[in-house]
Formats: sequence, structure tokens, C-alpha cells
Amino acid sequence: MLDQVKGFSVTLRHLFRKPVTQQYPEYRRPVYPRFRGRHQLHRHENGLEKCVGCSLCAAACPSDCIRVVPAENTPDNRVSAGERYARIYEINMARCIFCGYCELACPFDAITLGNDFELSEISREALVYTKDMLLDKPIRRTPSKAIDPYDVPVQEMERVLGMYDVVTATNPEGAPE
Amino acid sequence: MVDGVFITLVKGLVLVNLLMGFFAIMTLIERKLIGRFQVRYGPNRVGPYGLLQPIADLGKLLRKESMIPAGARPRLYLLAPFVSLFCAIGAFGLIPFGDRAEIPGTGVHVHLYMADSNVALLFVAALGSLGFYGLMIGGWASGSKYALLGGMRAIAQLVSYEVAFTLSVIGVVIQARSLSFLDIVHAQDRSVWYIVPQFLGFLTFGVAAVAESNRPPFDLPEADGEVVAGYHTEYGGLRFAMFANAEFINAITLSALGAVLFLGGPAGPILPGPVWMLLKLGLFLFVFIWLRATVPRVRFDQLMTLGWKVLLPLATLNLLVTAAVVVYN
Repeated sequence: MLDQVKGFSVTLRHLFRKPVTQQYPEYRRPVYPRFRGRHQLHRHENGLEKCVGCSLCAAACPSDCIRVVPAENTPDNRVSAGERYARIYEINMARCIFCGYCELACPFDAITLGNDFELSEISREALVYTKDMLLDKPIRRTPSKAIDPYDVPVQEMERVLGMYDVVTATNPEGAPE
Repeated sequence: MVDGVFITLVKGLVLVNLLMGFFAIMTLIERKLIGRFQVRYGPNRVGPYGLLQPIADLGKLLRKESMIPAGARPRLYLLAPFVSLFCAIGAFGLIPFGDRAEIPGTGVHVHLYMADSNVALLFVAALGSLGFYGLMIGGWASGSKYALLGGMRAIAQLVSYEVAFTLSVIGVVIQARSLSFLDIVHAQDRSVWYIVPQFLGFLTFGVAAVAESNRPPFDLPEADGEVVAGYHTEYGGLRFAMFANAEFINAITLSALGAVLFLGGPAGPILPGPVWMLLKLGLFLFVFIWLRATVPRVRFDQLMTLGWKVLLPLATLNLLVTAAVVVYN
């Protein structure tokens, strides 16, 4: 009988507590920096696209949602830093599972996964993201937390990159990242 | 009809509409309270503080397709919700919200109850039991096994708890020497509120009332997870709304009954009668909601054990002691 009273007192106490609910559209909880959301294609600082149309991302994609059609760079139409560039680069967001394998597969860090996850559309066609969309900054930015000071891999990488004058294909000018 | 035909008709119209409005507000309050009990907000999207949620609910239910299942008995299927709702609203008419009162500025005197009868308590109990026919007919006529099981559970529950319920209110009747709600209220004015001398009866009444109104933790006739939604599994749209409405109005009527029988009804200092009545009614409803937030649903055998082996002996004991004391005095 005393236990019953205890139970009722527990629920009554909870009645006067502040709800823990986060009111989503008004309050957007920042996601972690390594959260995998909408993809982003990157450019070099001189405006050339990093993507060289090698299709490794498409090969790595488990859900087969990336379509790359490469074309040759010509002297009067230079799009990317390599020999070829992606004439068509499409990601079908309806199929993407946000695993991040494309990011891992890319030899030039041309594609990364951003933080945006509000990707709803009212038609399937609208979920096929073209190269222009992926190169643009996302329309809505999801707030992201500051880099976690205890996130060792990120810090380690930054430290290593800062120590050497890294020259890779991703920065053809030879400037450190 | 204490006020003549015309005023009684107007009163009836006003009462039913007020009752429906109260029901609508209570659905919101219940969901809000359950939310707060669970440390969340509850509905807060439709209108300021979610105040328009009942209207949105109604709009959603209105727009649903009205269909009759292939295996159903169409006429009985359509009749059942009306039986439930009719009995639920009818029973509320006898609840007194005060004595004679003047409508301000008109000089017209009305009684703050639809009717008073020398068998009012019996009448309310009878209508409440009649309302269960709606559940049974609806469950049977749906042509669905879950609906049938739910309807059968409803009847089994009614049979077991109606006994304890009636026995626990008879103590009040013996003390007040009347079945009329007005007489019972006046008798409490002269002595004390019957919650004091009839405390055991009050407890058994409370438990039986929760079971009578099919509210958690005794909502076995519509236990989702066991019998889908029980007797109203096959009902949708406004027909489902009528069942839900009837069930909640039953809870309101039983709360009002508890207020009248044990808490002195509309009596109280300073504030006018109807306000006191609403406060006491609200107290009961809050306890109903509190119960729902606290106690998990009982098993069916626990329900039966509680009804027959605990409540019935306690109610009988209370009745016998009350009768002995009244006769001895």
C-alpha cells in the first residue's frame, strides 16, 4: 500500500518538472561535427573543381546512388584540376544511406558529407541532386557543434597536416591545406 | 420538469452544449496533463498553447471516410454509438449544480438541474449500465473478433463492478434516507460531507467508478496491444468519436456523482454552487488522469479478483456497518 502511494508521488513530482522536450522547428539541436548529412562538392581556392570524374565514389557507393559522367578538360574549358572533370555528377538522395563511403573513396577530398539533414521534398525527382546543387552551399544550414576538444582523430590530423608542407593533388599550388 | 416545458428544453440544449464543450476542453487538458506527467509538453502546435487541438481533432474525424465493414450487421453497427452517447448524456441531466437561481437581470428563476427524481441515483446507475449495451452491440455487430472480445470484456467488467459500485453508494443512500440527489446534498449540508463517515464506501466507489468508465488502469475493453481497440476497433470518424465522447462523458458523470454523493455537491463557502461543483468534478477528473499516468493496465484476472474478492466484500462491509449504525441510532 505504501508502494502505491510512492508511485503516485513520483508521477506527481514529474508533473511539476520542466519538460525535457526540445521544440524542434524553433530549436535546432546542433549536430556533432562528424554528423553525416547532405553531401558537398568542393572547389579549390582558385575556383577549379576538386572532382576529376574518376567515379570511385560511385563504385564505393553501396546503394548505387551516385552517377558520374566524366569529360576531358580542354585548355579553353578547364573545369577541374585533373585531366578530366565530372560533366554530370548526380546523387539520388532518395537512395543515399549517408554511409560516407564516397567521402572515404575520394582521392581528392572532392566530396564530403555535410551536416544538413532536412532534405524532404514532395517529389522523388526533386531528390536527385545535380552537380550545381552539390557545389552550392546548402540553403538551410544545420547548426553544428564546435569541434570536440576530445575528438582525437580530427585534432591529430590537423596537427599532422600543420607540421608538413603537404603537397598533394588536392592542392596543386603546393600550399599547405 | 421543474421549470415547465420551454425552460427545460432550453436548459437541456444549454446543458448538452456545455457538456460537449467541457468534453472538448477536457480532452485537451487530459493530453496536456499526461504530457506533463511524462515530462513533455503535450499538444502545443494548433493555436496558442495548443488550445485549438480539439477543433483540429474534430476536423480530422469529420473528414474521415464513413464505412461499414463487410462482415458487420449494418443497422446494429450504426445504432451502437448512439446508444452509448444517448445514455451517457442522459445520465448527466440529473446532476444538480445548485438549487434555484435567478438569471441575472431578468427575474427568471431556474433550477440548476434538469430534473430531480426520488430514484435519481437508481436512474443514473441504470442509464450507465444501459450505455454498456452500446459497447456490446457495437462489438458484436462489427463482425470482428477483436471487437467482439472487447465488447465481451466490457460486459464482464460491468457485471463485476456494477455490484460493488451500487453497494458502495447504498451506504450514502442509507445515511441520507433518499435516492434523490437534492436530498442527498441537503442531508450533507445538515451534517458532514459523506466522505468522512463513508470513507470506505468512497474508496470502493472510486475504484469501481474508474472501472465503470473504462478508464485506465481498467481500460481492458479497449486495451490496445491485447484486443487492438476493443469494441470500437471497426469504427472510424465520427462514430468512433461518439464512442470516445460517451466514454469521457461517463467519466464526467461519475466524477459528478462522486462530488454529489461524497463531497457535498454544489455546497461550499463563498463561491457559487456551480463553481464548487465544477471544482469538485475537476478534482475527480484530475485523479482519473493521475491514475492513468501512474498505474499500468491490470490483467484481466487481476481485474476480476479486485472486483469480486476485494471491492465486493469491502463494499458489503461498509453497507452492513452503515445500516447497523443507522438502525442502532
